[in-house]
Amino acid sequence: MNVGLFIPCYVDQFYPQVARATLQLLESLGCTVAYPLDQTCCGQPMANAGYAHLTDGCNQNFIRNFSGFDYIVAPSGSCTLHIKHHLHGKGDTDERAAQQIQSRIYELTEFLTDVLRVESLPTRLPQRTVVGLHQSCHGQRGLNLAPMSELMREQGISKPAYLLRLVEGLELVDLDRRDECCGFGGTFCVTEEAISVKMGKDRLADHQRHGVEVITGVDVSCLMHLQGILRRQKSSVQVKHIAELLVKSEK
Amino acid sequence: MNHAEAAVAFNRDENRVDWHDETLWFVRSKRDRAAQTLPEWEQLREAASQIKNHVLSNMHDLLTQFEQNALANGITVHWAADAAEHNAIVHKILVDNGVNRMVKSKSMLTEECHLNPYLTERGIEVIDSDLGERIVQMRNEPPSHIVMPAIHLKRADVGDTFHKHLGTEAGATDPQYLTEAARQHLRDTFLTRRVALTGVNFAIAETGGFVVCTNEGNADMGVHLADVHIACMGFEKIIPRAEHLSVFLRLLARSATGQPITTFSSHFHKPRRGYGRRGDGRRGDGRPGQQMHIVIVDNGRSRQLGRPEFRNSLKCIRCAACLNTCPVYRRSGGHSYHSAIAGPIGSILAPNIDMKQNADLPFASTLCGSCSNVCPVKIDIHEQLYKWRQVLMQEGYGPTAKTVSMRAMAGVLESPRLYRLAGKVGRGVLRFAPVLAENNLNPWYQHRDMPEAPGESFREWYVKRVMSDER
Repeated sequence: MNVGLFIPCYVDQFYPQVARATLQLLESLGCTVAYPLDQTCCGQPMANAGYAHLTDGCNQNFIRNFSGFDYIVAPSGSCTLHIKHHLHGKGDTDERAAQQIQSRIYELTEFLTDVLRVESLPTRLPQRTVVGLHQSCHGQRGLNLAPMSELMREQGISKPAYLLRLVEGLELVDLDRRDECCGFGGTFCVTEEAISVKMGKDRLADHQRHGVEVITGVDVSCLMHLQGILRRQKSSVQVKHIAELLVKSEK
Repeated sequence: MNHAEAAVAFNRDENRVDWHDETLWFVRSKRDRAAQTLPEWEQLREAASQIKNHVLSNMHDLLTQFEQNALANGITVHWAADAAEHNAIVHKILVDNGVNRMVKSKSMLTEECHLNPYLTERGIEVIDSDLGERIVQMRNEPPSHIVMPAIHLKRADVGDTFHKHLGTEAGATDPQYLTEAARQHLRDTFLTRRVALTGVNFAIAETGGFVVCTNEGNADMGVHLADVHIACMGFEKIIPRAEHLSVFLRLLARSATGQPITTFSSHFHKPRRGYGRRGDGRRGDGRPGQQMHIVIVDNGRSRQLGRPEFRNSLKCIRCAACLNTCPVYRRSGGHSYHSAIAGPIGSILAPNIDMKQNADLPFASTLCGSCSNVCPVKIDIHEQLYKWRQVLMQEGYGPTAKTVSMRAMAGVLESPRLYRLAGKVGRGVLRFAPVLAENNLNPWYQHRDMPEAPGESFREWYVKRVMSDER
């Protein structure tokens, strides 16, 4: 299975350990993974700020890098959703390539549950750890990664939670507001700084009330925002991307 | 003041923000519990959405049918192209009846049209009879929520307001005492006003009648005692048939407050007969006892109907579920939206009325999508927020600095070479000259630490690994 690894720009630059964990996790599950070297960004920062008309270059670059894979996998619900909804080609050939990418791109946890159908993981935490899951909105409501508290129909399972429960020594807690937004929201985190920070603090308080030692999630962007606040609070709560918890430690 | 600035002001009192958030989350939770009691909830939403789609595609025919039936019922029908015409029509009815004071129940349309200040300037006294509306009216504030207009106020705030305007005891916060004071005050208003204005929740094309939903019965109190009933509706309130009411009435209150149904769903079909005043002032001579007017307002709605990507916003039944669930609304308050309709739905309606004035509102969202999930008529609210952002920035309503920086960002991110260079420089700055990022000019840094910059990017690591594998 020939998998193209899409590492969002800010993960590449600031969270290389998340990308490495993603790569190792996929390889340990038997995938042949290639990382196209000229990839940059999905274009979402511009598009969500209202400048989708400036994303042609990013689209072209994405199509050049990711055409021809059986699957494309990214450790990010948000970027995956952006590509699924907003990738466009220039001209017919390009547009067809874009559509193929859209039907083949997966967020990491949905790739593990829906394509690889992972039923067990050889992963064990060195000690019993209380973990809180931040359900990032774009993954949850956009990609259906988890049931949404607003909908009353049958919705299946939380894919990230299912995977986390396969890790030995990991205790997943239930939060009071299980799917409230953390307030990152792309450029929202700076243009609406006051509310963004307040939302982040409130989200963290929910985790902290439940004695969480590690906060995890499928989107590094939300986690980066929460981590920034935690560090300012000088809190001992750790933040880790789900790939870092699911991958078997090299040690 | 734009939304972000107003939100900064609102957030200065963090305890109050917490209280506001928890109050509205409580309502959202009640909505969840109420929806859970109906196994057919999602089918109901779908049905409501389909009926509204039908309405949007048959607007002209349904409104014409409604007008014919309303006229046949003895209702006078007025058409207003915009807010100014709406206000002028209401004013003329008051003048024609020689009336200079009026009682009014909740109508967000009249807020949208700024009817109260318009009439006040012309020497007409308007008293809002919905308790929340009355409280904010005394304080000379607009409503902060479309269903609970004074939800931003605590009991103590109401006590102060009533002390100042109704002469209640200073410092009183007992709800029963305060409500009783409001009741006495409004009772006098109901008894003495000859004209009552209401909104319209649903107008039924098939019957020419309309339905007004309230929890306090204040619309009925006003209308039943008045000689003239004026009902004002945005034209999107039309539904085809009476039987469709069952779908909407089951969704409306559950979505709004978690109640199974509003306490009063009052049906009006024709003016009352037989209670008209005679020459000598006594009541009851068999002639029409009441005038009934309905004012059907466009005010930009046909423009929105003509925008394929935004027409869905006209399906709104004003339940406010999207406000209650919105994490941004709960932490910024209704007034931060500087528009009659606050919250997510207001943020897709307001730019239609004035793009320049309201260009900030579609950005007052993280696009989390909860609003679209709670919407009882399935408006794709967060997707419309995204689309408005594109329209507004392309039409040039973005700040110049933002446009310039977005162009630069796009230029860097579309070029692998420039992207790698910028990444290296950016990480270098954070590692060796953090002061360039860690200062108060950086909005991220004000209340959050910067991420730690690693020595090498993932790509740099990967290239080394591949090279060592190949060796």
